[in-house]
Order: sequence, then C-alpha cells, then structure tokens
Amino acid sequence: MPQIELEYFAQLSEATGLRSEIRNTPALTAAALYDELREQYGFALPPGRMRVAVNAAFRPWEQELFEGDHVVFIPPVTGG
Amino acid sequence: MTRFLMTNSTIDAVALRRELLRAEAGGFCSFEGWVRQTNGGRQVTGIDYDAYVPLAVTEAQAVLNEALTRFDVTNVVAAHCCGYLQVGEIAVWIGVAAPHRAAAFSACRYVIDEIKKRVPIWKREHYVDGNVGWVACHDSE
Repeated sequence: MPQIELEYFAQLSEATGLRSEIRNTPALTAAALYDELREQYGFALPPGRMRVAVNAAFRPWEQELFEGDHVVFIPPVTGG
Repeated sequence: MTRFLMTNSTIDAVALRRELLRAEAGGFCSFEGWVRQTNGGRQVTGIDYDAYVPLAVTEAQAVLNEALTRFDVTNVVAAHCCGYLQVGEIAVWIGVAAPHRAAAFSACRYVIDEIKKRVPIWKREHYVDGNVGWVACHDSE
C-alpha cells in the first residue's frame, strides 16, 4: 500500500483534528482516498463541492496515487 | 511582470503601489478587500485566514499572468493576508497599472474575481457572541 502524506485545511482540519497525516492506504485514486477519509472522519462536504491537489498542483479526481504523494483536499475557497 | 505575495503581516499598500510605477503607465487602480463587521446578519469581530500557501501562490500567480495577457496593462501586483485580522484590516490588495484606465479597471476586477473563485484560502469568522465558523462559500459578489 502506498504511503501518502495528507495535509488538512479549513473544515477538514477541524473535522480530523489534524493538520497533516501520513497514511498507508489501499486507495488507488484521489477519489477513493477521499471516500476512505470521509468514511473515517465524517466529512460533510461531498466530493462534488471539493477539488484535489496532488504535489501542490490541482489534479482530476481520477488521479492515480503513488508512494510519497502529498495530497490536499480543497473545500470551497472563501478568500478575498 | 506580475507579483503575488502571501503574508502574515500587515499589507503595505503604499509599498505595493510603488512596485507598479512605470513610465509607460497612465494610471493604476486598486482593490482592497477589508474585514467587514457583519456577514450573513452576524456581528463579526475578526477573521482567521487559512491558506494552502504553495498552491495559493502558484494559482494566484497564474491569475495575475492571465490578467497581463488578457488586458492591455503594464503590471499587476497582488497580496493576500494569512492569519487573524480584525474588522477594518486589509485582507487582500490588488493593483493594476495600465496605459489607459479601462484596461486597469477590467483587469483589477478579473483578478479579484478569479482569486475569490480559485485560490485555496479560507475564512474562519469570529463572532461577537464568541462562536467561530468556517465560511461555507462565497454567497455574493
């Protein structure tokens, strides 16, 4: 199972109580990893309202995950 | 030439404006986003800004570069704060210099709209009653 580094922001940081996490996951894609985390932490936000970044770049949900990837799930942004 | 700055300290609008000065520019316009005392009918005392900084910087920089390509402007500079701000403080600053005003206004509008849509920054509001809450999404222009 690949080891993934997760970083949490905003509502997700609050829901997990974590700022970051190293996780061994069977998830093959970003979408599958989000489902896994939602199951564990009860994230309220559905993936349709989120975006995902892998290694500090926006990526599609079908993005394949590899050992050492840095993954951030991005709630609706509210800056400005 | 464009530049985006993410900062934990107070935005220095005078210094940012100075970066825009060019002999070929006929003027500049700026937009400042301030922390407002109410949101959705609730009294706000301040806002914590959280940001995924590496991506916020590259995405905002991309927005500025788009503005430079799409509009006839000479320079675009923007800054956004991280951390806690009180009511009245500057959260975001955008400045656009151009040979003529129409492009400066259009580009400035483009940059603030795109930053609000795309850049991974989040507001956590602090209310007078002691509660705090993440702003769910932008609910108005």
